[in-house]
Order: sequence, then C-alpha cells, then structure tokens
Amino acid sequence: MIWRIARSREVTLAAVLIAVAAFASVRAPNFLTADNLVLVTAFAAIIAIAAVGEALVILTKNIDLSVESTIGLVAFVVATVLKQHDMPVPAAWALGIGLGLVLGMANGVIVTIFKVPSIVATLGTLSVYRGLDFYVANGHEVNLVDLPAGYSDPAHQTLLGFQFGGIGFSGIPIFVILAILVVAAVGMALRYTVIGRQFYAVGSNAEAAAVIGVRSRLTVFLAFSLCGMLAGIAGVLWGIYFGTLYASSASGLSLQVIAAVVVGGVSIAGGSGTVIGAAIGALFLGLINNELPLLKVPQEWLTLVYGAVILVAISTDALIQVRSQRAKARSRVR
Amino acid sequence: MTNDQMGVNKPADASAASAAAEAPMPAGGGSRNMANSARAILSGVARWEVLLVIILAVVVWWGTRISPNYIQPDFWNSLNFGASVSGTMEVAIMALAMTPIIIMGDIDLSVESMVGLSGAVLGTLFVAGIPLQLGIPIVLVVGALGGLFNGLLVTRWGLPALVVTLGTLALFRGLCNVVLGTSYVSNFPSNFTAFGFGYVPGTDVPWTLLTFLVLAAVFCAVMHYTWIGRQIFSVGKNKDAARYSGVRVARVRTAMFVVSGMVAAFAGVILALRYNSVRADNGTNLTLVVVTIAVLGGVDINGGKGTIPGVIIAVFTLAALQSALRLAGVSSEYQNVAIGLLLIFSVITPQLARQLRVLVDRIRQSRRRPARDPVPGEVVR
Amino acid sequence: MFHRIPRVAAGAALVIVLAGCSSSSATTAPASAAPAAVGSIVMIPKQVNNPYFDVAFKGAQNAAADLGGTLTQVGPSAADATQQIPFIQTAITNKVSAIIISADDATAVAPALQQAMAAGIKVVGYDSSPAKGAYNVFVNQADTAGIGKGLADMACDVAPSCTGEIAVLSAAQTATNQNAWIDAMNTTLKDAKYSKLVYDGVVYGNDDPTISTTQAQALLSAHPNLKVIVAPTTVGIVAAAQVVESKSLIGKVFVTGLGTPKGMQAFVKTGSSPEFALWNVTDLGYLAYATAVQLVTGAIKGNSGETYTVAKVNSGAPYTIGADSVVVLGPPFVFNKDNIDQYVTSFGF
Repeated sequence: MIWRIARSREVTLAAVLIAVAAFASVRAPNFLTADNLVLVTAFAAIIAIAAVGEALVILTKNIDLSVESTIGLVAFVVATVLKQHDMPVPAAWALGIGLGLVLGMANGVIVTIFKVPSIVATLGTLSVYRGLDFYVANGHEVNLVDLPAGYSDPAHQTLLGFQFGGIGFSGIPIFVILAILVVAAVGMALRYTVIGRQFYAVGSNAEAAAVIGVRSRLTVFLAFSLCGMLAGIAGVLWGIYFGTLYASSASGLSLQVIAAVVVGGVSIAGGSGTVIGAAIGALFLGLINNELPLLKVPQEWLTLVYGAVILVAISTDALIQVRSQRAKARSRVR
Repeated sequence: MTNDQMGVNKPADASAASAAAEAPMPAGGGSRNMANSARAILSGVARWEVLLVIILAVVVWWGTRISPNYIQPDFWNSLNFGASVSGTMEVAIMALAMTPIIIMGDIDLSVESMVGLSGAVLGTLFVAGIPLQLGIPIVLVVGALGGLFNGLLVTRWGLPALVVTLGTLALFRGLCNVVLGTSYVSNFPSNFTAFGFGYVPGTDVPWTLLTFLVLAAVFCAVMHYTWIGRQIFSVGKNKDAARYSGVRVARVRTAMFVVSGMVAAFAGVILALRYNSVRADNGTNLTLVVVTIAVLGGVDINGGKGTIPGVIIAVFTLAALQSALRLAGVSSEYQNVAIGLLLIFSVITPQLARQLRVLVDRIRQSRRRPARDPVPGEVVR
Repeated sequence: MFHRIPRVAAGAALVIVLAGCSSSSATTAPASAAPAAVGSIVMIPKQVNNPYFDVAFKGAQNAAADLGGTLTQVGPSAADATQQIPFIQTAITNKVSAIIISADDATAVAPALQQAMAAGIKVVGYDSSPAKGAYNVFVNQADTAGIGKGLADMACDVAPSCTGEIAVLSAAQTATNQNAWIDAMNTTLKDAKYSKLVYDGVVYGNDDPTISTTQAQALLSAHPNLKVIVAPTTVGIVAAAQVVESKSLIGKVFVTGLGTPKGMQAFVKTGSSPEFALWNVTDLGYLAYATAVQLVTGAIKGNSGETYTVAKVNSGAPYTIGADSVVVLGPPFVFNKDNIDQYVTSFGF
C-alpha cells in the first residue's frame, strides 16, 4: 500500500518539486523568501485552477485549446464592467464566471452535437473568443486607476499568518487557498461521485461506457462546461492579479496549461490522472519559471529548460509504464 | 494520437459503404436507377475537395467585390497575387509535410519552432563566415535531426505525439533563443534574398510559389500513387492491421517526422531569406495556421483520410481569404476569427451533409412498398 | 484516384474563368476617390490594440479631420515584423498615397517599404524607425540622446541620493527604439554625476504583460538590493509598478521610464513610480499624419534642411528636417504626482 502511494505520479512529482525547491533555495537564498513565494504561488494558483478544468476535458479524451481566450475575455469583460458600469464587485465576478461557463458550453455543443473533433473545434474557438475580446476592447485597455481602490490587493494577501516569538509564517496566499478548495472539490467529486467516475469511463473506453449506460455526450459536454467555468474563475483572478488589462491578455497560456496538466500525470489519451496532479504540475512549472532567473540562468535559456522539463516528465511516465509492464510480465512467468 | 484519440465520435465513413452497395445495379425500375445516380452525385458532391473549390470561388468573388485591386488586369503579374501567395508559402509547404503525419494519426506541433531554429542556425553560421551554399544543407540536416528526435520519442517510447511535440515546441524554440542570444542577423546577400522576394526570371511566377508547386507535386505523387503513400494510409486507418500486413509502422512514422522537420527547416530558410531577418521569434504562431490548412484541406484529424490536392486548394483558399480581408482593411485578430469560423464550419458541413444523406436514406426506405418476407439468400435493398 | 483530377481541374478552371470575368469589370472604379491631392493614407503600428499606438492613431485621425484625406489603421496583433509586411504590400496594391509605419524590425520591413516608395507612395516613419533609405521622413518622438539622458536623470531623481542598483526592463530584444534609448542612457550614466548608480543589466518583456511581470519579479528576486527599475516601454513600466506594489516594496524600489499618464496614474499616487515621462503621443500621431500630407502634396521632399509648420502642434513653431531625414516632435513631459491628474485630463490617455 505504501509502495503504491510512493509510486504514484503525484507523490513523485511533489517529491521532485520539493527537491528542486531545496536546490534553488540553497543556490539562490532569495527563493524561499515570503515576498518571492507569495507572488509566484499566487500566479501558479491561477494556472492550477485553469489546469483542473483542462484536466477534466483531457480525462474524457478531448482537449481544450481555447482556455487562454476564455481567461482573457473574462478578465477583460469583468474589468470593463467595473470600469464603465459601476456594478458591485461580486456581481461583476459572477458575470465573469457565468461568461466562462457559457463559452465552455459553446465548446461542448460544437464537440458533442456537431461532432467536431475537439482539437479542431477549440482551435477555432481560440480565435473566435479572442476576436470577441478585441471587439469588446475596441482599442482600449483597462488601467488600474479605473478599477475600485485596492482591487489588486487580494493577489498578494495571505491568510493564516502568524508571528510567534522569533518564528513567523507569512501565511498562505488567498489565491492558493482558493486553488486548494477547487482542487479538493473537483477531486473529491471525480473520485466519489458517479458522475465523476463517468469522466474516467468515457475517457478510457467510450463504447464500453455507452454499453453500460453512461451518457458519454452529456459527460463530455459537462467536462467542457466545467472547464469553461473554471477558466472563468481563473479569468477573474487574472484580472485581480494584473490590475491592468489588455485585449491580448493571457495570450499563449493554453500551452502552459496543457503542459501543467501533462506534467501532472494526466494522460493525453484520456482515462487516467488526477486533478491534484494537474495542480501540482502547475505549481511545478510556475516555480521553475521563477527559479531559473534566480539561479542566474540567462533569459534565453528559459524556454529551453521549460521544454526539456515537459519532455523529461512525460518520458519518465512512459519509462515507468514500460518498467511496470515488464515487471508484471516477469511476475506472471514466475 | 491514435485514430480514436481525439473527438467524441469518429464520423463513420459512409461514402465507401454506400459506394460498395451501389455496385450491383438492380434490374428494372428506371426511377430507382435515377435515384441511385442521384445518390452517387450527392456522394460525389459531398466530397470535400469540390466543396472547397466552391468556397475558394466564393472567396475570390467576394474579394473582387471588396476591391477592384483584388485581381488586377494582368492577374499573374499583379503584386497582390505574388504578395498574397508568397506570404503563405512557408505555411503551405509545412502543411504538405504535416498532412501525412496527421493522416497517420499523429501531429507535429513543433514545426514553428523548427522554423525559428533553422533560421537561427543559418544566421549564426552566416555571421561566422560560412557561406549560405553550405549553411542551407547544414540547416536541413538540423531539421532532419529534430524530426528524428520527435519520431524516436513517439515510436520507441510510445509517447503521444501531441505531448512530445508540445515539449519540442518549447525545446526547439529554446535552442533557437540560446543560439541567437540577443543578437539578430539581417544582412544576407541579395542573390539569396531575391529568392524569397523575387520571381523566376522571364516569368511572373514567384520563386517561392514554384518551390511549393514542385514540392506539392512530389508529395501528391508519393502519397497517392506509390506504395509509401499506401503504407501511410494503412497506418492511419488501423495501425495494428498495418503492422500485421508487414508495414514497418515505426519506420514510416519516424520517417514522416524527419520529413516534417526538414520541410520546416526549409521553410525557416525561406522565411529568413525573404525577410532578410533572423530573429529569435521567427515563425511564432505558425503551427495553428498549418494545422488549419491541413484540416481545411479535408485531412481528417482522427487519421486515415486526406488528400494532397485538398491541401493545395486549402492553401490557395486561405491565401485568397487573407488577401481579401487585408484589402478590406481587416486587422489580424479579426482575420483569425474568420479563419477560426471557417475551420469549424469546414468540419461541420460534411457532417451535416452526411447526416442529411442518412436522413434522406431513411425517408426513402420508409416510403418503400411493404416487402414480402425475404427468401433465404436474397439480399434486401 | 484518377477521378479526383477532373473535379479539381474543373474547380481550377472555374477560378480562372472567374478571374477573367472579374478583371474586365475591375477597370471601372479607381482606387482613391478624393480629387484633392491627399487621397488615402494607411497607418501601420508595431501592433494593434496597444494603447500607445491607439492614442497615436487618434491624433492622426484628428489631423485627417483637419487636413483631409482618409485614414485607416491596420497591423499585426503581435509585435512581429514578418506580419507587418503583408499589410505594407496590401497598401501598395491599394495604391495609397502614403504609409505611416512604426517598424517592428528596421531591416525586415525595408524591402517592402522600398517597393512602396518605388511605386510613388510616400513613407513616413514614426516611433520606431525603418532602416535608412526605406522612408521619406522619420518622425521621432524625441531626440534619442535626450530620451537616454532623461531616463538617466529620472533614475537619479527617484533613487535616494542618486545611489543604488538600477536595472532595465525593456520591450523586445530587437526593438530599434528601446535599444537606442538604453544605449544613450548607458552613455549618460558614465558621467560622474551618476557614479553611485550601479547598472545591473537589462531583461526583455517583449511588450507582453505576462512576460514583463515575470521578468520584473525575477529582477527583484535576483537583485535584492535593486533600487530602481527603468522601463522605457508603456507595457513594461505598468507591469514593473504592479509588481512593486504587490510585493509591498513601495518606498524601497522605485519604477521609472516611459508610460502613459492614465496607465500610471494609480502608481504615481501610491509612490511606486514617483516620476516617469512620455511625450504627447496624440501630437506624435498628428505630426506624422501632417508630415505625410506635406509629402503627398509636394510641399516638402523629405530632405534635410527643409522646414514646415503644423498648425496644431508645437504651437505652430516650424519643424526642421534634420540629418537622415529625421524630425523631432519636441521635448518629453515628465509626470509626477503634482501634475498627473491635469495631464490625464488634457492628454486623455
């Protein structure tokens, strides 16, 4: 039992993460400072929430390339609404999350009802949603001064901090707590509810799932809708984090989110993986992004290391699989 | 990415089945003959290439409505044709190389980074004094090695192509950044830059277009008329069946990745020479355009189906569309919206046509006279 | 497989027939309608949807209303030179009177611009210059050496006692204008007055908000004693100021550089960016358009030494074209918390 936990992908990833963090903190003493970690983990939390949604879609053997446009559009719309219409802040946030949900549902409809392969469908909506973003922007950006006072503060605020004698703990960033809640909620739903198990069923073998009565199209629709809603949440947090928003905000994020999911152990072939893994993957990649400049790695090398990390992560996956299959075969012979 | 990998339902290929069912024509019933030939025409029209040509014609017509400069009196010599077409040639040749990969059920996302890397290597070699005549072949080898790397990871270790090429997308771009550092090269000799910008002497055909047509002819011949092409299609339709019938699946897949890498490297050379500029961000955002062209050209993203002629028409359709939109003063982001919508509808429309045909079939069948019980051995139509 | 060919050939024939049909009817309307000599002018910024360029566009639109002609703005959605070229070529096809362009890469756009000039189209550069010989006049927002000195002076002003480490957060690695300003700043810093400022190097944010933010964070973490971040780009300065606020470093780290008044208004008031500068971007657009009009009507040829006046800019004082056909808009404005509100109102951006 212990070995099974130890061999699980998520634990391995967490161990690697801690090892890398330890290495960085030795070589660059500023890594472990509260200032540094709070902002880095807060941003990683945003990616993690989007990664949880993406993981749901990938579990069902699909993919959603349009998350970056959803996040950008929601962030911009929320900020614009606050700037121009004096809406109370929670209402604006609800509007943003609702918009994300609608965009996700649109993806779901194209994939399930019109039967367009998800890679093509989301490739198309990637451009269409971004075009909507530019249309709404109409040449303007939203500046920090247009938003309510202190709007950006939650991005670097923490909870549960304490100072006791000489020992101080600056607390956990609010965004990270949010991310933990999301991961816990979705993870438990996936594991302990019937609908959750259906995600895995549809991803592993859609025909067999249909035979036992799983409504696979409904499940996939649900996956895309949830992905959109979680991207909406990420979009709202994005707006808080950055404060100043452009129509091109969050460009290029989709590949980062997918990379986080993949590094976190969710198989691109569907049917296996956990949202905890996706979240840890997001944290891992966020930390790497932050550590490299601290380790005085020149800026040119960052992308190279990023790519190498992704390849190493998925290769170890495959190697472990091959090893365990060989071990199984050997044990059978014996 | 295997056949089944992406997408909820793989659209059933009914055209082959219905074509097979057509073979023995029943005797008697002139109306049935007409109905059958109507069905044949419908299945022919629903062939993607024809639909695409119609779309191309519509786009061209719309372009001429937007601006009288769209097609100028000497059509082939107009700057617009040369410009609009030669700007698309890099993605066009990459789309040619992407087609066999997608047909086999894989994908190569790293092509745009190979474009950047090949330009970076070429520029660095040039600055170090190595003439372009030597530099270009070296760069093609680099492209082949990159493709080999992708191919080995996909075939040897069984990693999904989507994820491997996601990683190499970043890896090659990173190598490009490291090779170039903060510098950039922009003083290639003019006889080479003329290749990118100029025309074949004596004619009005841009050099890059000629290159594309030659490559297109080669790909078309190989994919549709040789045993290599047949192997590629068989791998795409059913990998295991192909393996059991003796196709060296791993070898074919790796070979196509190598080809894709080399073609991407060549596209990178063209890009660098045409713009006379090698920068670390050469070629960014090209991958999605390449995949769009392939899908627009009728290549099934799930594998197993696709034609090179379709991709060629898709290239021109995209060039015509972008040219028309630019003449209409539409900026890039809205051009992308148009392309995104076109992509989605280009996949939805054959689906709808198929579902329409199934519906028509059902209506026809329900209107038939009630049949007597079939005699054993009789086939009921 | 052979049956595919007839269909494709039929389709191709259809296209060619259509082309033949259309070309005969295309000879009717000429491209530009205005009998007055201005015609249509197209503006190609480094990237669209960048607030800086949108403000310049508004200035140019004001000029078009005053001086005549039709103005459109097109451009790439990312600051990519290769994407600018198709728009230049479209402009040539459309036979515009003039192109106003801010080049992402000076040499990459040069051949296309030279083709335009050969076709009789006037080329006016603004903000970021195309290569020499690829424009008629370049409207520089401020004198390069002047901007460099201004950046050094502001860094000296915000750093307590003009002492401490400074670093630069720039735009793209290959951006002509930013690189020129940074070089000018470094030349100024060699002076004895700035001897206590230590230069830590430059990082590139690519004018992308996310990358600029990450680079600013990395800068602060890698150099714990950093006192000043100099960001000569409107996207970068906002990102840097936001990071300083988020890390609660107000009063310990100061941000300066080039930014829009509205974009930095919040940060000037909190003190994360006590001082920064910019020129009147609206006027830059106005002047660029007016220069184009002057070239199109033949009032100037673009040679050094020529002078011309633009009524609403520079209070009507004449501009003289300098070496390399460069015209300088005027001195930049320095913003601080005392004048920021008034500038936000008067500039409108």
